[in-house]
Amino acid sequence: MRALPPILKNWFDTRGWSIHPHQQDMLDRSDAPSLLLIAPTGGGKTLAGFLPTLADLAEGAHDGLHTLYISPLKALASDIRRNLERPIAEMGLPIRVEDRTGDTSATRKRRQRADPPHILLTTPESLALLTSYEDAPRMFAGLKRVIIDEIHALEESKRGDQLMLAVSRLQTLCPDMRRVGLSATVDDPAAIARMLAKHPDPCEVVLADPGPDPDIRILETTEAPPWSGGGGRYAIPAVLEQVKQHKTTLIFHNTRAQAEIFFHHLWLANEDSLPIGIHHGSLSREQRERVEQAMVDGQLRAIVCTGSLDLGIDWGDVDLVIQVGAPKNVKRLVQRIGRANHRYNAPSKALLVPANRFEVVECHAALEAVKDHDLDGETRQRGPKDVLCQHILIRACAGAFDASELMHEIRTVGPYADLTRAEFDDCLDFVATGGYALRAYDKWQRLMQRPDGMWQLRDPRATRQIRMNIGTIMDPETLKVRFKGRGGAPLGEIEEGFAAQLTPGDTFLIGGQIVRYEGLREMTVEVTRRADKEPKIATFNGTKFATSTQLNQRILCMFQRRNWPELPTHTAQWLHLQRDVSRLPEPGRLLIESFPRDARHYTCVYGFAGRNAQQTLGLLLTKRMEELHLAPLGFVATDYATLIWGLEPLRDPAPLFDLHALRDGLDSWLAGNAVMKRTFKSSAIIAGLIDRNHAGQRKSGRQATFSSDILYDTLHRYDPDHLMLRITREEAERGLVDFSRIEEMITRIQGNIDHVTLDRVTPLSAPLFLEHGRTPVEGAGQDRLLADAAQELMAEVGLDAL
Amino acid sequence: MTAFRFTFAETELEALPSGALHYPARRTLCVSDLHLGKSERIARRGGTMLPPYETSDTLSRLEAAIDATNPERVICLGDSFDDLAAGGALSLRDREWVMRLQAGREWIWIEGNHDPAPIELGGVHMAEFQIDALSFRHIAQDGAQGEISGHYHPKASITLKGRHISRPCFLRSANRLILPAFGTYTGGLKCSDPVLRGLMDQSAVALLTGKQITPLPYARLR
Repeated sequence: MRALPPILKNWFDTRGWSIHPHQQDMLDRSDAPSLLLIAPTGGGKTLAGFLPTLADLAEGAHDGLHTLYISPLKALASDIRRNLERPIAEMGLPIRVEDRTGDTSATRKRRQRADPPHILLTTPESLALLTSYEDAPRMFAGLKRVIIDEIHALEESKRGDQLMLAVSRLQTLCPDMRRVGLSATVDDPAAIARMLAKHPDPCEVVLADPGPDPDIRILETTEAPPWSGGGGRYAIPAVLEQVKQHKTTLIFHNTRAQAEIFFHHLWLANEDSLPIGIHHGSLSREQRERVEQAMVDGQLRAIVCTGSLDLGIDWGDVDLVIQVGAPKNVKRLVQRIGRANHRYNAPSKALLVPANRFEVVECHAALEAVKDHDLDGETRQRGPKDVLCQHILIRACAGAFDASELMHEIRTVGPYADLTRAEFDDCLDFVATGGYALRAYDKWQRLMQRPDGMWQLRDPRATRQIRMNIGTIMDPETLKVRFKGRGGAPLGEIEEGFAAQLTPGDTFLIGGQIVRYEGLREMTVEVTRRADKEPKIATFNGTKFATSTQLNQRILCMFQRRNWPELPTHTAQWLHLQRDVSRLPEPGRLLIESFPRDARHYTCVYGFAGRNAQQTLGLLLTKRMEELHLAPLGFVATDYATLIWGLEPLRDPAPLFDLHALRDGLDSWLAGNAVMKRTFKSSAIIAGLIDRNHAGQRKSGRQATFSSDILYDTLHRYDPDHLMLRITREEAERGLVDFSRIEEMITRIQGNIDHVTLDRVTPLSAPLFLEHGRTPVEGAGQDRLLADAAQELMAEVGLDAL
Repeated sequence: MTAFRFTFAETELEALPSGALHYPARRTLCVSDLHLGKSERIARRGGTMLPPYETSDTLSRLEAAIDATNPERVICLGDSFDDLAAGGALSLRDREWVMRLQAGREWIWIEGNHDPAPIELGGVHMAEFQIDALSFRHIAQDGAQGEISGHYHPKASITLKGRHISRPCFLRSANRLILPAFGTYTGGLKCSDPVLRGLMDQSAVALLTGKQITPLPYARLR
């Protein structure tokens, strides 16, 4: 057993603290090349990660960087810095701790590279950027440990892939560096261990006591949830009551827009003026910091928030977590619940607020899953190649490299362990020459091979552009919002698409305030406080989570019960009503409903195949409907159904579900649709084919920039086997398309389709009408709309005699 | 491909769905802002290496427009090349292609801000070209009459029944006609942009390109 150095031991003792068994475990095994800790939220994970560092640094002098700490959130990095600085100051340890994120000033960043602190706290993107500098070997010399906090949050994302590629680079620079991962409770610790370790080396795992089961319930309200919608407004009186009864409450929402609306109405009902704040990723940094500080100071009774508060920031005495809207994923629910009661071995307390009746069912299914300890997980895929291409560019920024050495380094990263030489060469060729069948850029290659075989940038000035494009997060294009007038206070950001719809005089909600749109000035939305209209709802492209397969299956099984005594009466009645006017979806059969509404014909397909498969099903079906002259206009998909609308009614669904017909055209028609183009755009930005649109560069009047859709169409026509199109297809197969689940569904139903034709919207389909993320169909329907409108509008203004 | 007939400066013209303009009485075809060699220029300047197929694509669409109208005269309304070096760097195949299109007809390169000087390719280089009541130049001028220009790459956006539709378009007002960009790698400037607002009048009409030309009142567009 490795003992704590006396100075640390004393500090623990004076506080009456004792070291947790898993913290001692982490200390004992601190020499392991890779070490993963799985502990529940509130289990002292971060301290467990840092104890060996503090012990090392307390025992002896160390020059330069000792420990690199990486967190998925900027805010977490600065929070941890504050939490470390206090004990370091109290013990008088000679340790320098600094954070480095996108918010750190340029001067400070430069100094950090020249004279790194002992402990540097940063994010995956900032680390990738650090490894791109030529002086990286000097900066990281002597690095002993890298700690990846909340590693579970990075596991199934490109950020995680990029991070582990950067870590493989660090491992080459510092062969003795040890890797430490800190994870919340997950279904498959071994998968995270594989991600953390240098492939094929093993990784030791420390499992902390998971603690008592959480106390989790569904919030009881006097008013029933609405038929549809996602805001949970009906529950505001009950939520306020809970806030009053607890010290501090976190009120989680699934999207930023919902958080805004809820917050707005919460304040309208907040007669006691309880101090309640709002926090989400689209608010300005000043706004967020003010709320964070108020929280730390214990001035707030509640915070309405989104995933931006999901990860382990220590907000002090939170004793209740309220989740508004169905949690979609049991694993994340459990992690969110853990935010309440940051004391080890005390049950966390949480309440679920279903936002509509369907979510009542979903929440009950989730509760049953939590009780059964049935956490959901997804199978990890091979490492994506767009991230690999970016990694090659980053490596090239740091100086000339040998291709084989780089490939071997990349293969030490779990998801890339089975990368073939041919695949690697494809990516390298793409980065170097564009990889086109037409060899057009021999003169203007991006990377050149020197006579000695090493690869380097043709033009060293390219580093600037490459560094500006580092990262795998695709932010929607947003505009800043501020109050009109000189030095108007910044409020946050809204999506460009939403801003484009606004006309002066329109009002919208941001940061809990209703503001009036006055105009656009130098890429900033100017607003005033004159709120005299019902606000429009700003759209934020927050992450949209998919309900896991396990949860969907539970729901489908719940539908089969004769009665639902466990559900509130209103929801049970709703399901009965659905059973009366139509029917409920059953396992082994496929329910399809068709009905008219507002001069459109709607068809709802209840596949319960998860959001991605339902989305693909929408693409497949609209394509078939286009062929059958049903003039589809668009569709929207949720985890359980796809709703399609068009100009003609669907009379017989059977021809739509011919598996051969669906599969035959898969490749050719997938090529032209909007989802593939969206996928292409993200991958092309990550792989370095197109530049990110940086705010401020998008000045109006830039007719020089053109849509990435044009590049997609051009490649598709002239170079269909190009790497970028292969990456797009792979991406679509892994995520957005999920054709295998459609095949599985169609095979499972074996032609058992129940088509119900009605004259109006059905209870079960109603929520789909409020879903965002509609996919348009570029087809005959659109041309018909344009022609009709042309006639009408031209006549209206008397221009029809052109 | 059906042409859309309209009158401008007392002249019968046809807008083609591809974005080309046809003057049947004078057997003249006009296209604007081809931006040939754009990908080469971006790569040369150290930018990204875009798919190098836009010149082929633009030329094949131009060829289709020429085949459909069999003009005696072709006017390229400026910014035909993304810059002068890009014009010089066209592949042998593309140069021969242009020469093939030029064979047997008058070919006028109007100078643009991207290509202010002649390129060594057949045809005549001119700052402006006049015929009948029409003046062809790259950038619209104040107080012009019967003026046909390009440069701005106008595009029209409209939301119909919740659908957002955005297309390159011709803009026609009483005194001037602005052509959409014909080149493959070209973006668009919203026709509501103040610059374009200043050039259009109340009666202006946008002709949206696509499978067919769709006329919409300019005042109703974003």
